[in-house]
Amino acid sequence: MTNKSSKEQVLDFLYKYATIMVIAAVILFFSIINEYFFTYSNLTEILRAISIVTLVAIGVTFSLIVNGFDMSVGSTVSLSTVVSASMMIWFQQNLLLTLLIPVILGLLVGLFNALMIVKIRIPDLLATLATLYIVKGIHLTYTSGYSIYPNMAMQDGSTAPGKLNEWFVWLGQGQIASVPVPVILMVVAVIVVHIFLNYTRHGRILYITGGNAEAARLSGIPVNRYRTLAYVLSGLFCGLAGILLAARIGTGQVDGGAPLLMDAVAAAFVGYSVFGAGKPNVIGTFLGAVLIGVLLNGLTMLNVPYYAHDIVKGTVLMAALAVTYYQLRRKAV
Amino acid sequence: MATLQMRQIQKQFSGVPALRSVDLEVKAGEVHALLGANGAGKSTLMKILTGAYTSDSGEIIIDGQKAAIQTPQDAKAHGIQCVYQEVDTALVPYLSVAENILMERHVTKGKGFLNWSKLYAEAEELVKRLGFALSVRQKVEELTLSEKQLVLIARAIAQDAKYIIFDEPTAPLSTTECDLLFERIAHLKQAGVGIIYISHRLPEIFQICDRITVMRDGQKVATMTTAESNIDEVITHMLGKTFSEEFPKLDVPIGDTLLEVQDLTRGRKVRGVDLTVRAGEIVGVVGLVGAGKTELARLLFGADTAEAGKVTLRGNKVNLASPKHVVDNGIVLVPEERRKEGIVVDESVKNNLTLATLRKWTNFGFIRRRVEESAAQDLVQRLGVKTANLTQSIGHLSGGNQQKVVIGKWLNTESDIFLFDEPTKGVDIGAKSDIYKLIGKLAEEQKGILYFSCEFQEVLGIADRILVMCDGRIVKELSRAEATQELIMYYASGGQAHDEQKLERTGS
Repeated sequence: MTNKSSKEQVLDFLYKYATIMVIAAVILFFSIINEYFFTYSNLTEILRAISIVTLVAIGVTFSLIVNGFDMSVGSTVSLSTVVSASMMIWFQQNLLLTLLIPVILGLLVGLFNALMIVKIRIPDLLATLATLYIVKGIHLTYTSGYSIYPNMAMQDGSTAPGKLNEWFVWLGQGQIASVPVPVILMVVAVIVVHIFLNYTRHGRILYITGGNAEAARLSGIPVNRYRTLAYVLSGLFCGLAGILLAARIGTGQVDGGAPLLMDAVAAAFVGYSVFGAGKPNVIGTFLGAVLIGVLLNGLTMLNVPYYAHDIVKGTVLMAALAVTYYQLRRKAV
Repeated sequence: MATLQMRQIQKQFSGVPALRSVDLEVKAGEVHALLGANGAGKSTLMKILTGAYTSDSGEIIIDGQKAAIQTPQDAKAHGIQCVYQEVDTALVPYLSVAENILMERHVTKGKGFLNWSKLYAEAEELVKRLGFALSVRQKVEELTLSEKQLVLIARAIAQDAKYIIFDEPTAPLSTTECDLLFERIAHLKQAGVGIIYISHRLPEIFQICDRITVMRDGQKVATMTTAESNIDEVITHMLGKTFSEEFPKLDVPIGDTLLEVQDLTRGRKVRGVDLTVRAGEIVGVVGLVGAGKTELARLLFGADTAEAGKVTLRGNKVNLASPKHVVDNGIVLVPEERRKEGIVVDESVKNNLTLATLRKWTNFGFIRRRVEESAAQDLVQRLGVKTANLTQSIGHLSGGNQQKVVIGKWLNTESDIFLFDEPTKGVDIGAKSDIYKLIGKLAEEQKGILYFSCEFQEVLGIADRILVMCDGRIVKELSRAEATQELIMYYASGGQAHDEQKLERTGS
């Protein structure tokens, strides 16, 4: 171990710090190109923009930790978003139910995924792909394909009776000491999940389950319970992200969560390589989301059209995957 | 006369010699048994013959001509085929029998289009000529194990096999299926095919083989004509004069019965096993590879589901529903496949040591890091694990040190029964003796120990009582005083069944 070749040492160093250096370099680059980029208002804007993605990416991270995968996160967010908006706009419900029902739906989607993956043993990718479409169909049916906004025309010709609760709107658009509320919620979520994963028994067992499920099972760990927990937590964070999405744009955007899948997966995989962790971790996921947020913000400033953004996101994901899997192969030799 | 000769074959793996100047000669129309204890070098030799490995030196001569076998294709071109024990790995389940038989001739080497009628006709003709009861249009996944074997034999013949290696072909077969296979082999023999027959079952060797070559420690020790030899002679050759290792056997008072197993059964691998383990007692369960030891250990641990049977610990019934239930009852397992089942490779030494007892180091869900670390540090010292520090990833440790960690994770559970499944596999000598000492200490603490192993000498060294397994059954119980390697080998290779058959024959 001690007498590694200099090439190996360089690779190790790169693997540890390359992601951080890339993020720093990208920020530096945009700061030089555009003087507006490195201002308080723009930086908080970036954080605000990634707050929802980060929540979804935390969900993906949980599924990755148990060596699974959750493709259904995007449509779960969509479902949560339209349901939370409809609670107020269609049914004039109070804040509590508006927040509670979407979260419960998110948990149920997670539980359904877990049932299919853990009990029926469908491969995670395929099971959650099917769930993606089922949930997408459900929320489109629920809204008849229309976004939900105050004073919208209802099917029977009348106008939607309810309006958005002001506290609800505050969640998405308010500020505390000139920090946007979604940013605060994101930071709290990242910290709480980080503590959960690294300092509690359940967090440790999630990692061990993902590391070697058979060894974990043969050590008396109820592996299936923990795999279920991971998917349920993924559903929970998608439920929360959906609420935040509705609160931020003030409508229940139909299929609003779909684009988040790609961003969240990219963020979680970038997270693998942050500080050479080599495994899914929430701080890395957050920094992954930052990288994507910074890139998109900067590219918009450079007037790169929005439809080209996917090229950038896809490339970031591919690069993160390349680093992760190249490193895994190197370790295996 | 047509022969296949392997001359002075040498092979090393990272400096460790696996084969030392081995000779083997097989004549056309002969069934030649290749015998040896586990690790004697049989598989390595056969892998060289089939082109899976290349030898470091030595030559292969077929019909007087030197044959350069570097790849599996070369071996096939020289008419060497192998019928592997794991038949399913060599077959495509959703294709027909005909396609599987003629796979290399038509399917992978054809002109792009398959001539179905020709394919079926050719396969039909071949199957008839061989006298196999196979329907060529049937899908392979619908076949029984022994039928699948026939498909593999037919495929070998379809590729003009002159020499066929049978690697433990009878292991998965029933008695009647075995008899059928022997008939087929006799048939092939008459057709002039040379057969290398690998098996652990000595009685069948004496039933069907013409000559026997015995290997031990990477060397050929003897080649003899079956008619002029007997089981005892073969066993002596297989075991040789072995130097006794130092086994620090402690004198421990043996207490009351802890574990009682009645009629434990699962499929063909574990059939109606009864056993008891007492406090402070080390019970060795010994048998050849494939005798059902690992399967028995996994059943006792709840890792697989038993079809029948009852297990009690201190008189209370043990729920075998899952490893968690069993662990909670006070039975723990050190599994055979360390990397796959024992350790979490990417996690640290500490996390591997504490994962089975996390609850102990947890307060309101939070892990008490200092307590956990000192517990892990304590274990590292007790076990003598050689590691740079506790946060070192366990994958970087040597096999022996990894195994100590796997054992160590159970030491804080206060369990009563320890199951060890081949705990010294892939472990260096120093760590081996540490592991024996550790097991001895557990016995001293009045734990009950079941030690599953195919290393006879090891079991002789540490066990108080020895149970010999063969074909999923415990066929013999031997006390420490009466057990010898020869006796164990005799029973492990089905010697008793052989005797009973003889008695029956003379009786009738």
